[in-house]
Amino acid sequence: MIAEVKDSISIKFAGDSGDGMQLTGTQFTDNTALYGNDFATFPNYPAEIRAPQGTIHGVSGFQIHFGSFEINTPGDEFDVLVAMNAAALKDSLKSLKKTGLLIVDIAGFDKKNLRLAAFDPEEDLLEESRFSDYHFIKIDISSLSKEALKEIDLDPKQKDRSKNMFVLGLLLWMYGRNLQSVEDFIETKFRKNPLLKEANLKVLRTGFYYGETAELQSYKKEIKAAKLEPGTYRNIMGNKATALGVMTAAFKANLNLFYASYPITPASDILHELAKHAKAGVQSFQAEDEIAAVCAAIGASFGGALGATGTSGPGMALKSEAINLALMLELPLLVIDVQRAGPSTGMPTKTEQSDLLFAMYGRNGESPIPIIAAHSPGNCFEAVYWACKIAIEHMTPVIFLSDGYLANGSEPWKVKDLKDLPEIQPVYLSAEDTQEEAFLPYKRNADLVRSWVQPGTKNKQHRIGGLEKELVSGNVSYSPENHQKMTDIRAEKVALIAKKLPEQTIMAGAKSGKVLVIGWGNTTGAIKSAVLELLKEAKEVAHAQINFIHPFPENLANILNSFDKILVPELNNGQLIKLLKVAFPNNKFYALNKIQGIPFKKSEIKDAILNLLG
Amino acid sequence: MQIGELTAKDFASDQDLRWCPGCGDFAILKQVQTVLAKLGHSQEDTVFISGIGCSSRFPYYMNTYGMHSIHGRAAAIASGLRLTREDLNIWIVTGDGDSMSIGGNHLIHLLRRDLNVNLLLFNNEIYGLTKGQYSPTSKKDLITKSSPYGNQERAFDTLALCFGAGASFIARSIDREAKHLQEILIQTNEHEGSSFLEIYQNCHIFNDGTFQNYSDRSLQKINALFLEDGKPLVFGEHQELAIKLDGLNPKVVLKDEYSLEDLWIHDSSDRVKASILINEVDTQENFPKLFGVVYKKEKLNTRSNSPNKLSENYLLDLLKGSNSWLVK
Ligand SMILES: Cc1ncc(C[n+]2csc(CCOP(=O)(O)OP(=O)(O)O)c2C)c(N)n1
Ligand code: SF4
Ligand SMILES: [Mg+2]
Repeated sequence: MIAEVKDSISIKFAGDSGDGMQLTGTQFTDNTALYGNDFATFPNYPAEIRAPQGTIHGVSGFQIHFGSFEINTPGDEFDVLVAMNAAALKDSLKSLKKTGLLIVDIAGFDKKNLRLAAFDPEEDLLEESRFSDYHFIKIDISSLSKEALKEIDLDPKQKDRSKNMFVLGLLLWMYGRNLQSVEDFIETKFRKNPLLKEANLKVLRTGFYYGETAELQSYKKEIKAAKLEPGTYRNIMGNKATALGVMTAAFKANLNLFYASYPITPASDILHELAKHAKAGVQSFQAEDEIAAVCAAIGASFGGALGATGTSGPGMALKSEAINLALMLELPLLVIDVQRAGPSTGMPTKTEQSDLLFAMYGRNGESPIPIIAAHSPGNCFEAVYWACKIAIEHMTPVIFLSDGYLANGSEPWKVKDLKDLPEIQPVYLSAEDTQEEAFLPYKRNADLVRSWVQPGTKNKQHRIGGLEKELVSGNVSYSPENHQKMTDIRAEKVALIAKKLPEQTIMAGAKSGKVLVIGWGNTTGAIKSAVLELLKEAKEVAHAQINFIHPFPENLANILNSFDKILVPELNNGQLIKLLKVAFPNNKFYALNKIQGIPFKKSEIKDAILNLLG
Repeated sequence: MQIGELTAKDFASDQDLRWCPGCGDFAILKQVQTVLAKLGHSQEDTVFISGIGCSSRFPYYMNTYGMHSIHGRAAAIASGLRLTREDLNIWIVTGDGDSMSIGGNHLIHLLRRDLNVNLLLFNNEIYGLTKGQYSPTSKKDLITKSSPYGNQERAFDTLALCFGAGASFIARSIDREAKHLQEILIQTNEHEGSSFLEIYQNCHIFNDGTFQNYSDRSLQKINALFLEDGKPLVFGEHQELAIKLDGLNPKVVLKDEYSLEDLWIHDSSDRVKASILINEVDTQENFPKLFGVVYKKEKLNTRSNSPNKLSENYLLDLLKGSNSWLVK
């Protein structure tokens, strides 16, 4: 039987947070990447490490959308739902497409699980007639897994834990894959525990062959490899891309890298990644709090390293004062904010874009600081590279905005060639300034940037600090005219960066028309797919996603002027739109806002555009 | 640079000193400049990092590298500099508010990590720069602008706080004792690890005389115990008193009633005795206050770092990852 060929498939793996759905998802993703599909993923898990088992709060999900053409989002709805228990079904069934495929593990629907998921324990939830809208496969995955392991000397709990491998094996079979990448992964992961290695491999294969034996061939689908631009590709998550981007920037600038951070979701993985490379020349420092982290990074920059710090919203609040110190000192500093949802602790594992105005204005005094936002997991690499470049070349703190969705989401990423990245040139003292008798720490170049003179440099001893500086000499000054001038210079210095930025591009659609959708951050996929669909319907719409928010690229004005109406979708209450309205008072901006801790759906964007098109 | 080539003056910057005339900070500044010259340090390899406060103005007056940062954070900034620059001689200058109140967290973690820096705590038992509020080291019942009916809080036992945090070097001196201060500054600088030196500093504007018991020569004799390694713990108007251990309890005795061997001979490397000195002697009214190097131990070496640069091959492998594929 030949499998039906499809353009794309979206799958959601949903189970209890102890069921290993994240691992299943990431392994399926790696396999998909190697197979050559384009894809986008969306992990969604509870904040608690061991959330109450079996309940809705404990549901952990992983969504992947893969295809033979360009994939921009994990999909508003999915074609396949794997529900490992009743709570997962309750949580996710609403987004399963009609006629989609529902796979359940019977063992997750016993009386206890029904009760925990607040179903009536006496009812037969899995009765076929309830799911007549869908293709429905019931499998007793737990007992099949245990059965496969009856020869292996592990306790029942450990055996039960391997059931996610069954699911993985079955789905890999369904999409015509081989098991190589997962087998390699299991070999390495359980190198030191031969029993667990054997068990996982066995259950994986049991799942893989189950499709054949249970005659599920009719569900097999083929999704051909996507036609990506030639090059070397890998699967990458946003936080990893961020870490690699910072490392690459330090390398290109020939600087030591010092990254200081205090653990916080969803930024911690950047620290974890960088900590791995301690022996290769990356210094990471787990500080006692976020203030110490940013301060240590400033100390490192003072000494001539690339000082970087990363956190999420609550940590940003703590760093404000020190970021301002870096602004006054005019030292390079990279500040990474992986945004999460809500004020205070909010919803740590959910995503939002509501720190933009905080990044822009959340400090005392007039405090202009460049802001750069990544717009996809892979783009975190380039965006943070640029953030470092600007920090180093313009002697300024730079805020890099990512978010939970980008941080944990993944996509195929074309590995960058170091040659293709712009050079990064630290502003060291010029030969002629080195000769000069009197050293003037706040003397500036044409870009209004002072030079980076590090302790240890002979005859250039100087003192810097947070007090207002006298123009050029850098001595403390309270003179009214001087303060005015210095305030103006600090603003002008950031404004001048616009001249150095790459031009803003249009991602989809024509260069002019009726509606431009302008987004930033994680909204890329939803906007782009909505716009592409409308373009097919011959609508006059285009899409631009901006990386550089402060300052805006110079050509942005021209782009905006070429459209009648501009739609600004944001996962906040309207933050970029406020900045746009101030910068471009003559354009017509329309807001589309959502604050639910989850990304936009394509359909939401599409509706808003249609509405504007009238 | 040859030892002794620079003089104290070479370590003075061209900035006008802005402390109130008579402030204890002047004397400390002078001793620090003298010691740096004496020890043959170079100007460019020396860095002073401070927070905010009167005391934290210090770096401006040093012809070295310096940073006057933000309130309480000097220890954190110095940590980042220390970890990336092994070559520099790094000093932290801080006040009692700066590092025992707002920056308390950074102080204890610096000491725990035992990074090689010299921390000078200018303790005037008051917030000087903000014009006289009580600090976490102010004496009970002290009347200040923010405690008009007398300070209701207990003061930190400064040395005990640092000992608890695992400090590897704990010392105390006072602005008015130039020679002692100089000697202790030298030892502070020589110790490898976080050296904590508390300097009693008179703020004669907002808390004048708070250390009179230790600065006034006749009162000092009764109230201060100057520790020296290898010497007995003696004090008193005519040096007639000594501290002796009775089991684990310290007690004051008449020196002449005991032979030298029977007295308590100071050994700054003895952790148990340091604990008794710090927790039992220094904290109690019926004993004199400790001056000198109270405790010193070899560097813990809890964190070692060799700053390095990434190699191109390492980076290229990392960028590619272990599961890449080629699209032709
Ligand atoms: C974040 C912050 N809070 C408060 C202040 C105000 N402030 C400046 S110095 C200071 C206290 C200084 O006392 P101390 O550290 O003992 O130094 P001293 O002036 O006594 O030498 C305070 C509260 C500040 N500069 N920054
Ligand atoms: S207020 Fe006190 S501590 Fe500050 S400069 Fe004057 S005397 Fe010195
Ligand atoms: Mg003080």
